[in-house]
Amino acid sequence: MKAIADILKEIRPEFDFTTSNDFMADGMLDSFDMVTLVSTLDKTYGISIEGTQIVPENFQNLQTIEALVRKYGVQL
Amino acid sequence: MNFTYHNKRISGILTVVPAQERAFVEEMRNFNFPEARSLKLKEVMGYDKRRMVESGVCVSDLAVFGLQSLFDRGLLKKDEIDALLMVTVSPDYFTPPTSNIVQGRLGLKQDMLCLDINQACAGFVIGLMEAFMLLEQESVKKVVLINADVVSRKASPKDRNIYPLIGDAAAITILERDPNGSTIYANLKMDGSRADALKIPAGGCRLPSSPETAVMEDVGDNNLRAKDHLYMDGTAIFNFVQLEVPPMIESLLKTAGVPIESVDYFLCHQPNRFMLQKLADKMKVPHAKMPNNVVQHFGNSSGATIPTAITFNLAEQVKKGHVQACLAGFGGGLAWASMLVRLGELSFCEMLDYPNAQK
Repeated sequence: MKAIADILKEIRPEFDFTTSNDFMADGMLDSFDMVTLVSTLDKTYGISIEGTQIVPENFQNLQTIEALVRKYGVQL
Repeated sequence: MNFTYHNKRISGILTVVPAQERAFVEEMRNFNFPEARSLKLKEVMGYDKRRMVESGVCVSDLAVFGLQSLFDRGLLKKDEIDALLMVTVSPDYFTPPTSNIVQGRLGLKQDMLCLDINQACAGFVIGLMEAFMLLEQESVKKVVLINADVVSRKASPKDRNIYPLIGDAAAITILERDPNGSTIYANLKMDGSRADALKIPAGGCRLPSSPETAVMEDVGDNNLRAKDHLYMDGTAIFNFVQLEVPPMIESLLKTAGVPIESVDYFLCHQPNRFMLQKLADKMKVPHAKMPNNVVQHFGNSSGATIPTAITFNLAEQVKKGHVQACLAGFGGGLAWASMLVRLGELSFCEMLDYPNAQK
């Protein structure tokens, strides 16, 4: 299973996502990256993350993103 | 708030789009943003081509062009029009109303109502509701609803949040009485406490346009925008749509006693492909029943996107027969409204290009 960190690296190759606890505050992800990330997660894991879940709190760091995809039954 | 209408119908729809086409791949270098990320965004949001007026073209120009075409081809008669509603957030002037300008330019009769309505992305459904209410009056037999916007003229070319998705268009919808018409159901909600989420801060009386309001400011995420430009809190609008629209439609169908499977098409306002796919998934509606290709081909033209979706995707179907359509508009205000209506047979359903100026 592809790791979330690798997916993030494809979207923003200039950052190391394993070193931050708040991607938004650290300027590593903006709202459009969040949309790109959701689309990639949907395709990669065969899920559809609900629109109401696309809020900054769920994309704060690797742990919150992993928790989000696990809600859809994805085993990481 | 619920509404019902009886013995009314939509009898024709014409959408006018500027002939000038802009391609996202050519415009993306205007944004202070890496090309690879723009291309990813293009794929997800559906940005590709959009229609944009040339400098100086106003909503009345698009509307007059479209109506004149209907008169010339005998699809509408001037004297039949008892009311002309113009729904726009980009009028020609503060005053006079753009509807009166259209009336005057076309030489329509004096014995009629001209009315401007300031509504944005919910403006098609709200305009239909107003038109159906007018048709309750004995003296009103035919209403022309115009949803027209040239918001590209108020969007910053350096704002990646807005500029790539904006399109210009005018939609002309004819409404009349129909003794055999089936019941039309509608509902709407408004929330002015969230009005700042979609706004042009300057240019009104609160903050008149000035050299200061024209200054481009760095507004974050590498975007530049002036106070004279349209601002949208994309995250707030996205969440508003995902949270409010599904229960609104559910409530509409429940009131009408119509199961969701019986709806042939969910014709929603067209903000971008991603938002509509998420909306369809949330409502468990197949993507094919909720067209999402207007931004891709024409751009988001505010209240004109639903008629654009109809004329672009369903023209032949609604000219030959009818479909059970659930319309949903949502956006500035904030306002959200939906309508369950039998659409068809229409006497015309088409798109026209507004020609570029001769050079």
